[in-house]
Amino acid sequence: MAAHLSYGRVNLNVLREAVRRELREFLDKCAGSKAIVWDEYLTGPFGLIAQYSLLKEHEVEKMFTLKGSRLPAADVKNIIFFVRPRLELMDIIAENVLSEDRRGPARDFHLLFVPRRSLLCEQRLKDLGVLGSFIHREEYSLDLIPFDGDLLSMESEGAFKQVANMMIRMKREFTGSQNSIFPIFDNLLLLDRNVDLLTPLATQLTYEGLIDEIYGIQNSYVKLPPEKFAPKKQGDGGKDLPTEAKKLQLNSAEELYAEIRDKNFNAVGSVLSKKAKVISAAFEERHNAKTVGEIKQFVSQLPHMQAARGSLANHTSIAELIKDVTTSEDFFDKLTVEQEFMSGIDTDKVNSYIEDCIARKHPLIKVLRLICLQSVCNSGLKQKVLDYYKREILQTYGYEHILTLHNLEKAGLLKPQTGGRNNYPTIRKTLRLWMDDVNEQNPTDISYVYSGHAPLSVRLAQLLSRPGWRSIEEVLRMLPGPHFEERQPLPTGLQKKRQPGENRVTLIFFLGGVTFAEIAALRFLSQLEDGGTEYVIATTKLMNGASWLESLMEKPF
Amino acid sequence: MQLPTVLMAVAAASARDPGGRKRKCGPGTGVRRCPLSAAQQPPAPAMDCYTANWNPLGDSAFYRKYELYSMDWSLKEELRDCLVAAAPYGGPIALLRNPWRKEKAASVRPVLEIYSASGMPLASLLWKSGPVVSLGWSAEEELLCVQEDGVVLVYGLHGDFRRHFSMGNEVLQNRVLDARIFHTEFGSGVAILTGAHRFTLSANVGDLKLRRMPEVPGLQTAPSCWTTLCQDRVAHILLAVGPDLYLLDHAACSAVTPPGLAPGVSSFLQMAVSFTYRHLALFTDTGYIWMGTASLKEKLCEFNCNIRAPPKQMVWCSRPRSKEKAVVVAWERRLMVVGDAPESIQFVLDEDSYLVPELDGVRIFSRSTHEFLHEVPVASEEIFKIASMAPGALLLEAQKEYEKESQKADEYLREIQELGQLTQAVQQCIEAAGHEHQPDMQKSLLRAASFGKCFLDRFPPDSFVRMCQDLRVLNAVRDYHIGIPLTYSQYKQLTIQVLLDRLVLRRLYPLAIQICEYLRLPEVQGVSRILAHWACYKVQQKDVSDEDVARAINQKLGDTPGVSYSDIAARAYGCGRTELAIKLLEYEPRSGEQVPLLLKMKRSKLALSKAIESGDTDLVFTVLLHLKNELNRGDFFMTLRNQPMALSLYRQFCKHQELETLKDLYNQDDNHQELGSFHIRASYAAQERIEGRVTALQTAVDAFYKAKNEFAAKATEDQMRLLRLQRRLEDELGGQFLDLSLHDTVTTLILGGHNKRAEQLARDFRIPDKRLWWLKLTALADLEDWEELEKFSKSKKSPIGYLPFVEICMKQHNKYEAKKYASRVGPEQKVKALLLVGDVAQAADVAIERRNEAELSLVLSHCTGATDGATADKIQRARAQAQKK
Repeated sequence: MAAHLSYGRVNLNVLREAVRRELREFLDKCAGSKAIVWDEYLTGPFGLIAQYSLLKEHEVEKMFTLKGSRLPAADVKNIIFFVRPRLELMDIIAENVLSEDRRGPARDFHLLFVPRRSLLCEQRLKDLGVLGSFIHREEYSLDLIPFDGDLLSMESEGAFKQVANMMIRMKREFTGSQNSIFPIFDNLLLLDRNVDLLTPLATQLTYEGLIDEIYGIQNSYVKLPPEKFAPKKQGDGGKDLPTEAKKLQLNSAEELYAEIRDKNFNAVGSVLSKKAKVISAAFEERHNAKTVGEIKQFVSQLPHMQAARGSLANHTSIAELIKDVTTSEDFFDKLTVEQEFMSGIDTDKVNSYIEDCIARKHPLIKVLRLICLQSVCNSGLKQKVLDYYKREILQTYGYEHILTLHNLEKAGLLKPQTGGRNNYPTIRKTLRLWMDDVNEQNPTDISYVYSGHAPLSVRLAQLLSRPGWRSIEEVLRMLPGPHFEERQPLPTGLQKKRQPGENRVTLIFFLGGVTFAEIAALRFLSQLEDGGTEYVIATTKLMNGASWLESLMEKPF
Repeated sequence: MQLPTVLMAVAAASARDPGGRKRKCGPGTGVRRCPLSAAQQPPAPAMDCYTANWNPLGDSAFYRKYELYSMDWSLKEELRDCLVAAAPYGGPIALLRNPWRKEKAASVRPVLEIYSASGMPLASLLWKSGPVVSLGWSAEEELLCVQEDGVVLVYGLHGDFRRHFSMGNEVLQNRVLDARIFHTEFGSGVAILTGAHRFTLSANVGDLKLRRMPEVPGLQTAPSCWTTLCQDRVAHILLAVGPDLYLLDHAACSAVTPPGLAPGVSSFLQMAVSFTYRHLALFTDTGYIWMGTASLKEKLCEFNCNIRAPPKQMVWCSRPRSKEKAVVVAWERRLMVVGDAPESIQFVLDEDSYLVPELDGVRIFSRSTHEFLHEVPVASEEIFKIASMAPGALLLEAQKEYEKESQKADEYLREIQELGQLTQAVQQCIEAAGHEHQPDMQKSLLRAASFGKCFLDRFPPDSFVRMCQDLRVLNAVRDYHIGIPLTYSQYKQLTIQVLLDRLVLRRLYPLAIQICEYLRLPEVQGVSRILAHWACYKVQQKDVSDEDVARAINQKLGDTPGVSYSDIAARAYGCGRTELAIKLLEYEPRSGEQVPLLLKMKRSKLALSKAIESGDTDLVFTVLLHLKNELNRGDFFMTLRNQPMALSLYRQFCKHQELETLKDLYNQDDNHQELGSFHIRASYAAQERIEGRVTALQTAVDAFYKAKNEFAAKATEDQMRLLRLQRRLEDELGGQFLDLSLHDTVTTLILGGHNKRAEQLARDFRIPDKRLWWLKLTALADLEDWEELEKFSKSKKSPIGYLPFVEICMKQHNKYEAKKYASRVGPEQKVKALLLVGDVAQAADVAIERRNEAELSLVLSHCTGATDGATADKIQRARAQAQKK
């Protein structure tokens, strides 16, 4: 069922099984029938861990969404709240509990904090006089949710900085409480999003990246406009077009998707057409099947082939949808501007395309994304340019956005150039962040994921594995934040001899989010024959430029 | 403290080459001989009287009594003058000279003394509380002293007072007549018989729930004897009044009759329940003993001892899973073991003695000795019984012969092997070793087992190794310095964890640690835990300075994994040594553990910095809220100011929870930028009326100026201006203007046909020309006011060119209008414009003229079907021409 998690060098399915076990154990603690009241935000991540059937097996009969006033009626013995430790949620829970009908059958309340139990929240419940109503109050540490064979995410919107220090502390705290474990990871690289603000702002050009840019991938599911997916079978064909969005799960369990997800979109078409030929050829073989044995063999392959055909049909439709967007003039213009900025052309003046976008009231996110991109590529904008943009935005989109602009400035995405020097070109040149000759079909460098721009974050990882950061110390000094390396000596006996040809495994942790294109770039590095390093990626949140800026936007009304 | 060296001896024995394996068998070895038959061979001297202390009871069982310790506790009193309590599992002995029984002068304060089972004094204290009725040990080896007034005082092993609790008002009023401490699977319970002949009990003193038992109808005098039973996890009371027996559960009182009880009983003098609550024995005034199950459903046996004097004590003596059940009855000078046999075993007691029932036997201690009486285990019986031919017996003999370098070793061994019983023989020897008290005997049995093992191909070594380890541990704790005379069965029942706990309770830290290390227990369960206990004890040493204690603890514990410094610190704080606690907390790596204790000790500021260090936001919040209640606002803010991380977290908190506080915080920090943003937000939040909003914005403007953010200030001033204007527009024109952006306001005006006002507004707010053109273009096209659009296009040269005009007309499907503008589009975009309006031919001309390859292909891609065939050809020709050149 979760086969896509176990194919990698590090079997992440183990992690999934562990969290599932923990969930089952908790459910079994509350004997009898149960209803779960969900903090809506959690349903997505939980979907990746446990389906409804698992809950059902453990006597979960009803599920509600957490909201104020009274709980819906349910003839169950236990009510379990699954919530994030947020004060505002505690208030709602208290309201639920207090408005519980005293005359009705007595029900047991339980509370499961995800991912951390919080003293603060318990204090709030105590103040509201309901803390005692809960029989079990526990935490469910669903920290890193395995998304794919090499991808883990915390799916939390806000994340700490300076985690590194804490990890060193943790090392001391936890020794002894766990037995020595054979290390699976050779290196751990922590990257703060602040180091590379640029990459998420650019439009991702891998297949998966574009799906995310255009339709948004939520907890590995994407919702697509249904028209292209209308059933083409006879009988019910054409009668009624589905009106509900088509929901598809995307992960490497799907063979075809695994193959194309990380390709530049321009290389996807040829793969799809090749696949189409292979599949139809396979179906044609039925005519060649003469003997019963041959037919039997053909039939035995049918389910697999049909699955492959369904998958191909889906992805062809998706690719068409995306192509409609990418071939539009506006997409082209936007991309041109982005690439100009990233290659260092005219980053210091007001850009007329951006101006036009504002004047035509294009979505604010798009405008902000471009301006931020320009600001980052220019190590900040000239005060005059910055003020001009800001004024244009305020006049066009409304003065309330002054708060959003302020947030972006605080985040360093938008800033006036200080010191009058633009050191981005130096960084770009030293780290080869812009590559003019990109082979989109058969990439030779990570820059293919943005058709030219090589993500700084991934480049750093690449350089760390070879030849090491010492060679780029000067550039590192220009990047925000301190950098440091720490070596953890392994207890003797745990050190293993590396087999020749066996790669090192690096866990790379993106604090503050990672994009699909960056993941694609890392997978590309993992697959390089002479790369010598395989990557497992962990992050606080899977994101793209739009969702990132969205989280920084503030709407006061 | 050195562990005895059983294992080393054993190792030496097994290392010796058992040459017998290779040695050829001599002639005549086939003769069968009985190895231990006394007639044929004199047994070895050690074996001489080995079974001398075995006493048969009936046909099938032997009982033996051997000395555990010779007691040199210089008792001042006779045991009979004292209240005595001895804990099971070789536990400690408490004595309280009982001055209340005799009418002695009350002024003499009695002394409570606690000894180890070997008579080593552990504690001695002057009893200053009220009269004590009964003493008893809990399962945690705490001494429970039941006072006459129903108060139970709890003392530790070293006489340290722990706590006290009362058995209720009813008990207090009627006084305690008698009390029993009993053990159940839940813990230790107390049962009390009050002066009103009522029973009150609590099944677990750790979780005190008092239960008053129902009344026994017609009970006028105290019962002649009573006991607690434990059936189906519930405690009952069985009592005897005259010839009647009553069973009290918490609901009812029922009369019961033991099956097969001999007639003529007019009173029961003693009753005894077995260690596991499974069996019951009754002693009647006719000198008759009834033995049966505790459920009173089945009789096991009966015995008439013909002694009518009430026995001093009666206890069960049986071992788990043994068929034989026996009861030990003690009178002043006589001890009798009674079972299902016509004869009893009798011992003479030289001294005043006290019986302690154990899981697998009875301990008997007196002024000078401490003995253990038990049924001889099967394995030992098989091996040592006179003339035994059991495989174990043969193996033991074989090994002895082997040591004597006699060929008989081979004979015996052969005999066992012929019967295929060697495995069994080894197992028997190992098992029997476990039941031996004397290390010498243990060694010779283990040596025999080790010897036998050599002749077996596949004998799993764990049972042997484990037995060696267990015995080494047992011998260590049995040493009289330690004084825990555990038998092997008791030890297995108790588990090593509990034994370690008990060593820790006795403050025998080094031994406990040595055992952990010897058994290679995981540090967290073993060494670390013991060190932590040691540290908790250490902090109670008041005569040592804080620095020294902290240093000593850290030196010993270091970073030992699994040690919780916070627990130790909590203990120190509990002893009133706050400074020491803080010093100890410094060593605690987990902030989550440091913080709550620091808060408890009112070191909130230190707690705050620790919480921040941990990076755990929840922890920081907890401390912050604590601080907020503890300090006044000013101090609280000052504290925050020194902790930037806490401050920013608190700001986050306030943003969601306490907006007003947030403002105060910004004010205090002179953070005018944020203050400005705050007021901007406020202007949207609640203010319905425009004046209120403007006032809030004005405050924001002031703040922005103070923050030297001129841009924001100006922008906000503009916003105020716009708001007022929108208000006026609404008044004058009607419609909805408020909260539209400037851009939308202008658009709305144009859409409403108020072009003049729109122009004015654009001028007032200095909307750049380009944007204004876009705006007007979009608005007029939306209106489909083509006339006005054309007029507008001609008002001056378009700053955005004319392609947008073409595009927007086409968007509204007005090709006619679009064409008008297409001609005005500049050369750069002309081809695009012409293609938009569908004039492919002209587009081709322009492209050819411009000799632009990209444009040519663009046009070519628009050429469709036959209509554009000519054009396509034209382009191809132009291309060919261009290539020629």
